Amino acid sequence: MSVKLPPFQAVLDEHRVDVYRFLVATAGPTDADDVFQETWIAALRAYPRLRRADNLRAWLLRIAHNKAIDAHRARGRRALPMAEPPEQPVAAPVADGRPELWEHVRELPSKQRTAVFCRAVLGMSYAELAALLDSSEEAARRNVHEGLKRLRRELSE
Amino acid sequence: MSEIETILRRAAEQLPAAAPDLGERAEAEGLLDVAYASVDSPLGPLVVAATPRGLVRVAYTDRSPPDDVLAELARRVSPRVLEAPARLDGVRRELDEYFAGGRREFETPVDWSQLAGFTRKILRATARIRFGDTSTYAGVATKAGSPRAVRAAGNALGANPVPVVVPCHRVLRTGGALGGYAGGSERKEFLLRLEGVLT
Repeated sequence: MSVKLPPFQAVLDEHRVDVYRFLVATAGPTDADDVFQETWIAALRAYPRLRRADNLRAWLLRIAHNKAIDAHRARGRRALPMAEPPEQPVAAPVADGRPELWEHVRELPSKQRTAVFCRAVLGMSYAELAALLDSSEEAARRNVHEGLKRLRRELSE
Repeated sequence: MSEIETILRRAAEQLPAAAPDLGERAEAEGLLDVAYASVDSPLGPLVVAATPRGLVRVAYTDRSPPDDVLAELARRVSPRVLEAPARLDGVRRELDEYFAGGRREFETPVDWSQLAGFTRKILRATARIRFGDTSTYAGVATKAGSPRAVRAAGNALGANPVPVVVPCHRVLRTGGALGGYAGGSERKEFLLRLEGVLT
């Protein structure tokens, strides 16, 4: 007997803002829209096969985390062969409060980046974060700790 | 919570929240198993839903709250249910025209595959009753090939998932009494008046 899954729209309504903000913060404002679509289309594709519906937030953010890493890599590949800097400076980030803060977040290793956002902003438990990162709770805790330490250092400089 | 966490949390509240829409991409990828939309009508707000094959639901939201309708579609058809009005453009336009008195027939396809055998037969027979005509429970049962299943025909009509478009309001009791209607008898009267059956 499979689980009773809520209509996908209900999942989207509940988590779309968290996922979008996570992606603006971790993938960057330029890529956020594309990565957001990639994330939700992947989730929609896999959704009927889910065997449990009790930890959808961690499941969704795990997909978003992986898609953000993909986008990061693709961006790195695109950036390498460029001989000259683009004529226009990178589009001014949308009004997102503290763009420089999120730039520091984006420079963290991917697991720390995700761990810091999910813990500090979304208030995830270490158990939920461990499920998201496919790690032990101890490793999740360490990623939060290391990420915050590095951010603190960079912001005080 | 440490200071840096507070800074992050406050800054995150300023992040944009206007995420892009998914319906178009989901449709293009073949992942939009059930699309739904809200429609205003003289009979009150409706929720309409369709699979790629056709219409699966027209719901009077006062009788069937949208959350219940969507949960039922998720269970019965597929959990891939998204608000994506584009697929419903055709039926929304036809409903508007019908209620405005400019349309006598719905062209939008119904997804009959979602209906079990007997119910499907009854509703298909019902779909052939023309605008301005009526039939009876016994008449529909006979047309569906089960002349003695009058009560079962009544039950099938009562469970019609696509009222108005499959016109179960055109089925009356033998002798002329209106009979029941899942949307309430005042709606049945309204529709029969709109079609000129009642004056």
